[in-house]
Amino acid sequence: MLVLIHLALTFGMLSLLAVGGGTAVLHEMQEVLEQTYKISAETFVHVYSVGQLAPGPNMTMVLIFGFQIAGAFGAALVGLSFFLPSSFLCFWIGRIWNRIGDTPWRRSVQSALEPISIGLMCSGVYAVAKAALISPLTIILAVISFVIILFSRINPVYVILGLGGAGAGINYWLSLPH
Amino acid sequence: MNVPTVGGDSSNSNHETANKPSLWELFFEFLIIGAVSFGGGIIAYEKILLTEKKRWLSDDEFMAALAISQTMPGLNAVNLAVLSGDKLRGVMGSIVATLGLLIPGCTFVMVVGLIYLENANHPTANLILGGVAAAATGLLSAITYKIGHKQFKEFKALVILIVTFILMSIVSLSLPVVLAIVAPIAIYLYRPKKGGGD
Repeated sequence: MLVLIHLALTFGMLSLLAVGGGTAVLHEMQEVLEQTYKISAETFVHVYSVGQLAPGPNMTMVLIFGFQIAGAFGAALVGLSFFLPSSFLCFWIGRIWNRIGDTPWRRSVQSALEPISIGLMCSGVYAVAKAALISPLTIILAVISFVIILFSRINPVYVILGLGGAGAGINYWLSLPH
Repeated sequence: MNVPTVGGDSSNSNHETANKPSLWELFFEFLIIGAVSFGGGIIAYEKILLTEKKRWLSDDEFMAALAISQTMPGLNAVNLAVLSGDKLRGVMGSIVATLGLLIPGCTFVMVVGLIYLENANHPTANLILGGVAAAATGLLSAITYKIGHKQFKEFKALVILIVTFILMSIVSLSLPVVLAIVAPIAIYLYRPKKGGGD
């Protein structure tokens, strides 16, 4: 029971802190999951990768952590705690906004939050990179993926699947006795 | 497909009342977006649906909703579903649009997640996901760069960005503490200028 309450509070808080999107809370999420729930950085990054392959918002992958920690109920609980608070806040503010409209202060807050959220996204990159880039091969794969996605219009899912498959193949080949 | 079919009203300014979807239609259209938007770019799908395919919102209404979605915490694509759902069909519209957007992804991650958890120690699963994770890192860096490239070039923004990163990743403060330190300073630096802002 305590686990469930803690899980709901944790993901509810992450939801309200996710300014600029889910990537902003990746670092915090990884640390909490590792320290409180003993989910390794490797598992974290694997589950994150599954999210990248999923259709729709990538952060639906939080359900997997919920499932891992507390079964089907945990998955539902984490899903609700992660998506409900921010959605409710947005709904409520949206209604107020329509009455107040655009103000200079609103634009100031927005301009101020933008660099913070990019800084937090960099922390997200750092957290994922620390767990994912564990060998020269993985670093090369990441750089190739970065370049392809930045300079082409190929759907990222194909890039990730292609490079992931290639990486697995090379790793497998390297592990064979020569 | 782009031509409004209801009532022959083609003026862009007052189409919004003439063109309200049923809850079922709203749910179904967002469900499709949730199912086909592989590899991100959901906002683009939503924009096409709302302003071009169905013309439920004008461009201005869409941009206003997008601005709120980006300012508020939570995923931008989800917030946008919340706001446009509310705009079109009130509370229930908000709920069905959001559910539609999330259900396909949730189903996918649960299925794949279960397979992963059952094979977590399987060498092949780890090999593949190891490669996928490396490529996903590249993707995440590219997205961060694409979204943030303006911030990297502006001195004030760059300082805030770097301080945020250092407090979070190097000093390892918790996220609420980082926000409590950086947000007031950033808001002060970006406060509205007196005598008419930009």
